[in-house]
Formats: sequence, structure tokens, C-alpha cells
Amino acid sequence: MTTTPQGNEKHAVPGYVRDHGTHPPLDYPGYGSTALRHPKRPLQLLPHLLTEVTGPLLGEGPIGELDHDLTRQHAGEPQGQRIIVHGRVRESDGRPVPHTLIEVWQANAGGRYRHTGDNWPCPLDPNFTGVGRTITDAEGRYRFVTVRPGAYPWKNHDNAWRPAHIHFSLFGRAFTQRLVTQMYFPGDPLFFQDPMWNSIPDEKARERLLCRFDYENTQPEWALAYEWDIVLRGRESTPFESEVDDD
Amino acid sequence: MNDTTPETTPSQTVGPYLHIGLHWPNGPFVVAEDHPGGIWIRGTLTDGAGQPVPDGLIETWQADPNGRFDHSDDPRGAASYPGFRAFGRCDTDERGEFGILTLRPGAVPGPGDTVQAPHIDVSVFARGMLHRTVTRVYFPENTEANAADPVLSGITDPRARSTLIAEPATDGYRFDIRLQGENETVFFDI
Ligand SMILES: [Fe+3]
Repeated sequence: MTTTPQGNEKHAVPGYVRDHGTHPPLDYPGYGSTALRHPKRPLQLLPHLLTEVTGPLLGEGPIGELDHDLTRQHAGEPQGQRIIVHGRVRESDGRPVPHTLIEVWQANAGGRYRHTGDNWPCPLDPNFTGVGRTITDAEGRYRFVTVRPGAYPWKNHDNAWRPAHIHFSLFGRAFTQRLVTQMYFPGDPLFFQDPMWNSIPDEKARERLLCRFDYENTQPEWALAYEWDIVLRGRESTPFESEVDDD
Repeated sequence: MNDTTPETTPSQTVGPYLHIGLHWPNGPFVVAEDHPGGIWIRGTLTDGAGQPVPDGLIETWQADPNGRFDHSDDPRGAASYPGFRAFGRCDTDERGEFGILTLRPGAVPGPGDTVQAPHIDVSVFARGMLHRTVTRVYFPENTEANAADPVLSGITDPRARSTLIAEPATDGYRFDIRLQGENETVFFDI
């Protein structure tokens, strides 16, 4: 890559796929709080220009040795079922996303967050903060050790309970790829009444938020494993013209 | 073609407890407090009833004062700028307020022969938002550059366009973000 004068056609950069079909709408009546918090004006199309195809590369940022292990951040071990959550981060063109920051936060085994706003009558665990971070390796792999979070009540509708979930935040390598989402566990009985889960229009897309029980990586006498792959938007077309003879 | 092209992972809300997971003590400081030329971009995030949103998160991404990015996908090559992180993050407080200390970005090439006026890309996350929304901050003194900006000039309604122009303040600029209502901020389909 060489420096070129401003305004050159070389600044035509490949855009990222627009994956509207994957995501929930901003206005979803089943989730009461969307009512006053969704834009009513139609969104204005933003072409993917230099600011959008670049983004913070935070991989080298300070990650503490125990940041990925939520069971070892205090003097004692937290209550609950110890689990390993691991997987790969890829782009939708199949390429891995290496050295990218992943942040997670979650409730404790009883479903309580260490947050001043969470005061439902379930005890806090003195040995659990519920916050972790890591960066993916060269192949886009990540791994956390934590405890399985509990379901918790909220007041969205009558007898409303959130299915057990872990909040995930990802950057990828471009502003367009930024993603905040939640990972769920297979077979949770609470999905039917959960507006977050049901806000995703496509059932197949919802299932992409489910981790998979991973017996192979379950550690004897220690922890159950779950595998969850995350896919960020990939480029629309490759910036390099293919010169390959494929006949 | 790759026949195992994976499909993208859906977005979910940050929920009410984003502060424990996404709060960075140094998040608002794109540059250090004593960096020459630092400007604060402060604002309030409000909902459709005009009420502050205390469980929101603002993130910013921008070019450096020379209009460059420290990123290899910029065809001009990656360029670093000492002491400048380019990325800012601030969760809103109980009054819905946020602030980012940064440097004025330079102009950035646009498509063809166009030049984009100095701007900052902004992501907005909150409880009650199932997906982030994206907007842009432009600067009021760049009248001519703003008029020629390919993104700003694509917004035909002048009142809507004006929601993307920050207002001068004593230590920088004010950029209020209104999720809904009469002066709803322009948000982008990104
Ligand atoms: Fe939650």
C-alpha cells in the first residue's frame, strides 16, 4: 500500500455486507423499552468510506492475566457450575478475525448482576464480578472460563424472566463490524416468552446465538465446555482482483 | 467460492447493566487530559419523551488531525499520531450525559474526487436498543467543507442535517443525541 494524493479513485474501498436480515428491528413492541428509544426517521444510507472500513485495533491493549477467567478474579471460587466458553470469531467471508478484543459480562449463578441497579432478591456472590475480556489468537479463537449464569426476572411483562445469557461485545477490525450481542444456552425453557430472543425475525438467525454443548472439550473433574462461534460482517468483495485460472 | 460461508451473528441489546461490562475509566480520553489542542465533545442522550438515557454508551471513531487512520485497510497506508487513540468510549451518567476528549479530525478523502469534511463516527448503544445506531459529528466552523461533504449533502432536509453539526462550547463542542422526537438526530444505515 502506498500513499496516494487525496481524491484519488484508489480511495474507493470495498464495503462490508449489509446484513439487515440478521438483526432485530429497533422498534419491537414486545420489548417495552424500545418504544421511546428507536429512531422514527428512516435511516440514512451511509456508504462505507475510510472512517467506516477502519476501526480501533485494540488487541494490543492491556489484558490482565486473569481477565479471561471469571472464576479466579477473587480470593475464593464463585458458586455455580464452572464452564468453559470458547469459539472462533470469523467474518462472513470465512476469514478469521485475529487479535480482536472480546468483552463479556454476565449475572452470577443465581441470576444477579454486580450492578447497583440490580436488586432483585438473589444474593451477590463475593467471589464473582461477572466481567471478563480477552483477545482472539491468530486464528480468531477465544476462550473464557466462568460459571453458568442464572436466569433472572425483569419487569417487561407479567412474570418476565430472561433466559440465561452472557453479554458479548466485539470490535472486529472495522467500524462496520462492531457488534454487541448475547450468547444463550441450548434448551433453555424461557425462550418462548423472551422478547430479546424473539425480536430476531429469522429463527435460523436466533439459533446463531446458541452455544453448543461441547463434550470433547469438557474437562474431567473440572468444567463443562460450550462452543460458540461468532460471525461479523465480511467485505462485499475482495480488494484484490482474482487472477486465478480456475478452469 | 467458499461453500461454507457463515452467516452473521445477530445483535442484542447491551441491557441495563452495560456499565459493569463496558465501562473503561480511560474510555473518554482519546488523548490525555494535558494534550495540546484537546477538545471535549459533550452531550446528552435523550429518548422520545425528552428524558435522559442513563443506561447508554457512546463510542467514537475518527481520523487524526491529518485525516489519517492507524489502520492498514486505509489505501494510503496506516499512519499513527502520537498520543492519539482515535477511539473513544463513554457510558452515560444518571443525567444521560457523556463526554469524549479528543482532537479535531482532519478532512478525509471521499468517493471519487470528493473530500469529506472533518467528522467523527458515533455508535449509540442503550438498554431498549436491540441494535446500535450510528450517527456522525460535524463541526460548525467548517461551513464550506460541510456543504461539499458527500454524506452531509445527501441529507436533503436542512433541519435534519443540522442535527449532525455540533455546537460550540467553552471547552469544545456540544453534541446532543436525540433518539426520537421533534429534533431526532439523523442516524445512518451502516
Ligand atoms: Fe443480561
